[in-house]
Amino acid sequence: MSEITAEQVAHLANLARIDLSSEEIARLTTELGQIVDSVAKVAEVATPDVPATSHPMPLTNVFRADTVVPSLSVEQALSGAPDRDGDKFRVPAILDEE
Amino acid sequence: MKKAELMDYDKALELFEPVLGFEVHVELNTKTKMFCGCANEFGQGANTNTCPTCLGLPGGLPQVNAQAIESSIRLGLALGCEIAEYSRFARKNYFYPDTAKNFQTSQYDEPIAFDGQLTIELESGRLVTVDIERAHMEDDAGKLTHVGGATGRIQGADYSLVDYNRGGVPLVEIVTQMIEGGEADSPEIGRTYVAAIREIVKALGVSNARMEEGNVRCDANVSLRPRGSNVLGTRTETKNVNSLRSVERAVRYEIQRQAALLHAGGTITQETRHWHEDTGITSAGRPKSDADDYRYFPEPDLVPVAPSREWVEELRATLPEPPAARRKRLQADWGFANLEFQDVVNSDLLDAVEATIAAGAAPQAARKWWTGEVARLANVSGVSADSLVQPAQVAALIELVVAGTLTDRLARQVLEGVIAGEGTPLEVVESRGLAVVSDDGALIAAIDEALAAQPDVLAKIRDGKVQAAGAVIGAVMKAMRGQADAARVRELVLERAGAAE
Repeated sequence: MSEITAEQVAHLANLARIDLSSEEIARLTTELGQIVDSVAKVAEVATPDVPATSHPMPLTNVFRADTVVPSLSVEQALSGAPDRDGDKFRVPAILDEE
Repeated sequence: MKKAELMDYDKALELFEPVLGFEVHVELNTKTKMFCGCANEFGQGANTNTCPTCLGLPGGLPQVNAQAIESSIRLGLALGCEIAEYSRFARKNYFYPDTAKNFQTSQYDEPIAFDGQLTIELESGRLVTVDIERAHMEDDAGKLTHVGGATGRIQGADYSLVDYNRGGVPLVEIVTQMIEGGEADSPEIGRTYVAAIREIVKALGVSNARMEEGNVRCDANVSLRPRGSNVLGTRTETKNVNSLRSVERAVRYEIQRQAALLHAGGTITQETRHWHEDTGITSAGRPKSDADDYRYFPEPDLVPVAPSREWVEELRATLPEPPAARRKRLQADWGFANLEFQDVVNSDLLDAVEATIAAGAAPQAARKWWTGEVARLANVSGVSADSLVQPAQVAALIELVVAGTLTDRLARQVLEGVIAGEGTPLEVVESRGLAVVSDDGALIAAIDEALAAQPDVLAKIRDGKVQAAGAVIGAVMKAMRGQADAARVRELVLERAGAAE
């Protein structure tokens, strides 16, 4: 059995800005534990001669030429913004007063 | 803001050994951003260079800029780094309004360049070798403006505004190993190291390298180790120190601040600190905490970068002469004294002076004009000297002075005309009528006097050694305070000396 704890799930939820109830945390603790166990089984059969990979395609060096393409218009860019001020995105205060 | 207690610098060094580390971010001057084709340029309106990829909108997919990879490899090579055979991008996850994707596309355990070395020379001549841990690629964040509150700073602001034009611009972050043994030179090591990085990226042409515009930004890590201890102290990271002088001041300030705190029995909090250019102090930012749990993982939308060894060697062959070696060579070639040469380097005029000399000017004259009158005029208009006038124009101006067509005083007026866009120095001389009085009577009197004073020269001229007339011409020009036409003086000298052309 994995060692995923409710504290870890709550910590992750906080980092990911996901608001979870204590019931949801309990359920996810079990489910994430099962996922970690399943992945651990894969690790059992993976031998050192199988390199770790982060991408399913055996490709490297896919580059784009350094050529400018048109950007969005300012109106398009801001169309999904919850708030704006002129041509800028407006966001709530980031830090509290010192 | 509460002003921290500072310990006397010498006393701080008696009690503690400073340990340094630097992270320098270099903004590359590619035409487009790191992962999309939006223009990499500012100065237009806010949010004019954005697209779904750099705004982190659904469906946006990154594509790697080939030029950014090439620039990063060249920079790595110039820092003496190994270039990875296999390198990947990784997501650094955090929420902050300047990063619309909610992650920065960076590199984690497989940076493009690693294990480099940079030797810097301090003013005392002391050589310090800084070990480079890594240089990795990443994308820049957008620009925040804080509104409201007393100071316009992030603390106490009512809200903030975001311009994402800079979001996604390619950066290379250069990370040093711990620098020990800097001792009292520590602040100067910081300044000189960042200056050396700046010089290198400029020489490579991979960045505009203007610190005042944020093209080169430095985070300075400082910790203190009590003398006799081998345990490292807790470090602080002072962010975004954006001038060479500030790097030096910020390191010195942190040494004095931490020493006072430790000596009084306090502890250092591991935190980021903000540098305040105006007051010359640092203030606490956020403490290192949960928020620094970045959960790096390999970027699933990008395939690895695996530069072939042939390509790396091709790029190595394009490296310019290392700036430190170039400086040594130029100083020797030009025969400048240390102070004269430093003056040119510190004024950022090495390229301009070199180009002026290449265009035919004598080294001392080139130095004098650039660090003197051109720098003065640039200072008045608040721009950099090398943006004011072309080296070829300065060389042409110097040539007119050497030829005796202009005095220094007249040449300064001509320079103003050139800067005002009135044409080449010669054109300005003609259009402003700045050259010369050609009253033959006055010239002849001066010539006769000069010939009488130099009978040996007169004899030579009469023997047909026409080039000897130069000495007399010089004396006459001097007597006329430069406001004579040198060619006419020459004619008259030969005439008065009785020599046939």
